[in-house]
Amino acid sequence: MGEMLDIAFISGLIGATMRMATPIIFATLGEILAERSGVLNLGIEGIMLMGAMTGFLITFTSGSIWFGVLAAAFVGSLLGLLMALLAVNLGLSQHVSGLGITLFATGLAMFIYRLHFGSPTVPPIIQPFKQIALPVLSKIPLIGPGLFTQYSLTYIAWMLIPVMSILLYKTKIGLKIRTVGENPVVADTVGVNVTLTRTLCLVAGGALMGVGGSFLTLAHQNMFLIDVIGGRGWVAIAMVIFGNWDPLKGTFGALIFGFLDGLQLRLQGMGIAISFHVFLMIPYLLTIVALIGVSRKAAVPASLLKPYRREEKGG
Amino acid sequence: MANPKQPVVRMSSITKHFLDVTANKNITFNLYPGEICALLGENGAGKTTLMNILFGYYTCDEGEIFIKEEKVNLSAPKDAISRGVGMIHQHFALVPSQTVLENIIIGADSGKGIFLDLKSARQELLQLQERFGLQIDPDARVWTLSVGEQQKVEILKALYREVDILIMDEPTAVLAPAEISDLFSTLRSLVKEGQSVVFISHKLNEVMDISDRIVVLRAGQVVAEKKTADTNTRELASFMVGRDLLEIIEKKTLNAGQPVLEIEKLDALNDKKLLALKSLNLVVRQNEILGLAGISGNGQKELSEVLFGIREPIGGLIKIDGGRLKFGNPAAIIKSKIGRIPEDRIDTGLLMDLTVEENLILENHSSSEFHRYGLMKSRKIHQFSEDLISAYDIMTAGRDAVTKSLSGGNLQKVMLARELAGRPKAIVASQPTRGLDVGAMEYIHQRILQERERGAGILLISEDLDEIFALSDRIAVLFEGAIMGEAHGEEASREQIGLWMSGVKK
Ligand SMILES: Nc1ncnc2c1ncn2[C@@H]1O[C@H](COP(=O)(O)OP(=O)(O)OP(=O)(O)O)[C@@H](O)[C@H]1O
Ligand SMILES: [Mg+2]
Repeated sequence: MGEMLDIAFISGLIGATMRMATPIIFATLGEILAERSGVLNLGIEGIMLMGAMTGFLITFTSGSIWFGVLAAAFVGSLLGLLMALLAVNLGLSQHVSGLGITLFATGLAMFIYRLHFGSPTVPPIIQPFKQIALPVLSKIPLIGPGLFTQYSLTYIAWMLIPVMSILLYKTKIGLKIRTVGENPVVADTVGVNVTLTRTLCLVAGGALMGVGGSFLTLAHQNMFLIDVIGGRGWVAIAMVIFGNWDPLKGTFGALIFGFLDGLQLRLQGMGIAISFHVFLMIPYLLTIVALIGVSRKAAVPASLLKPYRREEKGG
Repeated sequence: MANPKQPVVRMSSITKHFLDVTANKNITFNLYPGEICALLGENGAGKTTLMNILFGYYTCDEGEIFIKEEKVNLSAPKDAISRGVGMIHQHFALVPSQTVLENIIIGADSGKGIFLDLKSARQELLQLQERFGLQIDPDARVWTLSVGEQQKVEILKALYREVDILIMDEPTAVLAPAEISDLFSTLRSLVKEGQSVVFISHKLNEVMDISDRIVVLRAGQVVAEKKTADTNTRELASFMVGRDLLEIIEKKTLNAGQPVLEIEKLDALNDKKLLALKSLNLVVRQNEILGLAGISGNGQKELSEVLFGIREPIGGLIKIDGGRLKFGNPAAIIKSKIGRIPEDRIDTGLLMDLTVEENLILENHSSSEFHRYGLMKSRKIHQFSEDLISAYDIMTAGRDAVTKSLSGGNLQKVMLARELAGRPKAIVASQPTRGLDVGAMEYIHQRILQERERGAGILLISEDLDEIFALSDRIAVLFEGAIMGEAHGEEASREQIGLWMSGVKK
């Protein structure tokens, strides 16, 4: 075990943790935004897959990787809008709408990919993002190289964490979002447009999910495979609960996931064969364990899952 | 400021339908500047609906609204708020997990740009508090506040929006007597500053006390409009119900018999894990009503939850008709023949989305009378529910109607019918008439007295002293989880009970 703890290993593991946490951070922040406004978006897994596919396809055809990212965000927001139409405007069950979107988007992603690329024996590839070493910071001994030699999307994810915190807790729109998620009647009676607020949150959240998905085909890998998301959308749902609907705590969960994910890659590389799927289980196990502890105090947005109609009895 | 003779609000020929119900029928309602106008009416008369229309929360089907002499078209509450109309609903519109300040500034933040300006909002709030004498810590989370304090937050929230027409829907239903007099002095200072108030209440004494003018609704129509000085509670009651009410409830003299409900040294924790009941002792006998008075929050909720089987005490014992009660087990409690009338009929008493019939058999659905081999005997059940509906005079479209379509008074009748059908030996009634109109209240009181005559022992937990005095054979006062004092119904004085309620022992 001696060589396991050498400097290169630690630095490599830190870097991998950061990388593997990136898509989860995007997705978790997107889901937090949606759920804080009162809508559980189970379309997340499908939206991430569409983001991954679109990002890849547009990068492949346009040659510009940033176009790919933008396209992933755009497609994600469109699917967020679809979720809003079903669950907010029509007031359908959020579970059914979300799962429906995941099924639909999964099929659609495969369909578009096949339409464009057929079924090649060797999957087409793109020129992925390159890691950027930040000057000075990446020279810090031990942690520097791992933390500060990353993809641009990883840096963006990290910048989004405080942005999301400030948005939710310090801005007017944040107070509106939280109030809509807690009690839409209150929001409505003070003149906040509940439908619009929820729709915007789903659209913006969908964009984040789409970008999170595109990280996997534009940075982590350089090709699109149908199982590229690998349940990371569901992991994000768990991280939202684990993090008690708070961006900072949710990110912490994402980091743990990234760490376990990075660790298993490394262990596999060392010949310790433990399936990726075992590690995929761990965040869930962790979440369940954590939920047993926190569920009594869980800050679930009080109106999560509840569609809002004004003239409903009891108003 | 408008000419004092000109109304600030003029609602003319307002009609509003909900599917097949006409909640408001051609109503004309005026509010004058600087007055407190009371809106009276039975449950379901249409008071809340009318005010929700003025608040822009509902849109009327027909009719016109003028605010400050300008014809308005209110499509959302923000339209009403921007014209100075604020409404405080009976169920407070506050977010418990947020702070007082956040609750007050939501949607009305003064700051420029996208950020909340908590600093200047706090300043403004403190000035308002100063001006109207409404002291509340702006940083307290709303869930930590008492209902009285939450109401102050609601009033501040309206004042923060510079509202000058304030609608209060049954504001006193959840308040303790001291909080009510606080509220009244606040309202008086508001109208002194030129504001106008619409005050909805079922309590006639309060209405006589606080209002300048009274409008009575019945079945969606205005049936009377009077200056408060020119009327009295008796007349108002008959306007509301459309008939004369029994002035005094007749109560037979009965001798109390064997104890049916005995509580010994009961200790229980509240939700915050603090001691809410402290070695509580109580005895209720056959043919007897024990009125348990007290300001809410002194352990009433915990006591009734223990008796309903949904809270497990940490010590003590309870005997029903001599047999020891198994704690924390509602099924055992149903078997031991306690009739349970919970404080909140909508949240804990009834399943609002099920039919009236299903609610009526909820507790006995597993008794062998109603099923065979696991299949419900529907004919038997129909018979049973129809009998109860007619015996209790429950106004409903039928046994198959969904429960949420019933009015407050009829919901409570369903509750009573279910709980009393098994002829319980002991009955625990928690706030049985809260929110009910005088007609429904009269009915419930008579039912309770009938149960007493039948031989049941009744524990009546109520914050309404009129109710306690009208019904009780004995009165006990709950203060900080223990009995502060006890007196016979006839001998008790309001002063004494009031002192006990505030924790003064004499
Ligand atoms: N949103 C709604 N949907 C359907 N019916 C409604 C709705 N709101 C009110 N009603 C019906 O309209 C009628 C009037 O109700 P409203 O709530 O205005 O009565 P109220 O006078 O305020 O009664 P209470 O004293 O019980 O509060 C009732 O029959 C009620 O069931
Ligand atoms: Mg009402």
